[in-house]
Amino acid sequence: MAIQIRFFASLRERVGHTSLSIDGDGIGSARDVWHAVSDQSPDEEMLVAINKSYADLDRAVQDGDEVAFFPPVTGG
Amino acid sequence: MRVEIRESAFDPWIEVSEFRRTQLAIGKAGASAVFVGTMRDFNEGDDVTSMVLEHYPGMTERQLEDMTREAIAAHQLEDALVIHRVGNIVPGDDIVLVAAFSAHRKAAFDACRAMMETLKSTAPFWKKETLTSGERWVEKNTAG
Repeated sequence: MAIQIRFFASLRERVGHTSLSIDGDGIGSARDVWHAVSDQSPDEEMLVAINKSYADLDRAVQDGDEVAFFPPVTGG
Repeated sequence: MRVEIRESAFDPWIEVSEFRRTQLAIGKAGASAVFVGTMRDFNEGDDVTSMVLEHYPGMTERQLEDMTREAIAAHQLEDALVIHRVGNIVPGDDIVLVAAFSAHRKAAFDACRAMMETLKSTAPFWKKETLTSGERWVEKNTAG
């Protein structure tokens, strides 16, 4: 199993990836997922979703989860 | 209730008319409140020639469905309709339709406003504008 990671909008362009897959070993939280793919601190405004529901960075993540990072939403 | 993401242009007034004709029980909804959001050709002092609306497939639908279900319960609506565009959009295109149907006007007005504000702050959509001078992401919503 692995953790699927998705990026959207300006964050996707900044990270340079639409999606990634990482090994879940040593990953406890969404924050760990972020640090596994970026050496920068997460923006305060960055939003996180786990399995398509909003979560905070300290929410636990498990093998098989989909973790998404994106900027503030601007629909409507 | 009906919640849809559309990849091509739609006419919100035809959608409301069709929904009323085919989905609403006759004689129950005394009030219909409708909000339509339309793309402008200006933003923050710049001319905008087109826009791409990105979304998070799966999560966007879930957010909109949860929001609509909660509004129906909280305001005791007869029904509700939400349609949102994604993809390439030009000025004059309608972006979003939120319609609330209730027995009396207060519930319809309140629910329509509440759904629109929830959509703006929680539904995972992002706008990238094309200006005469290049492209830029819209970083935040304008105040309601």
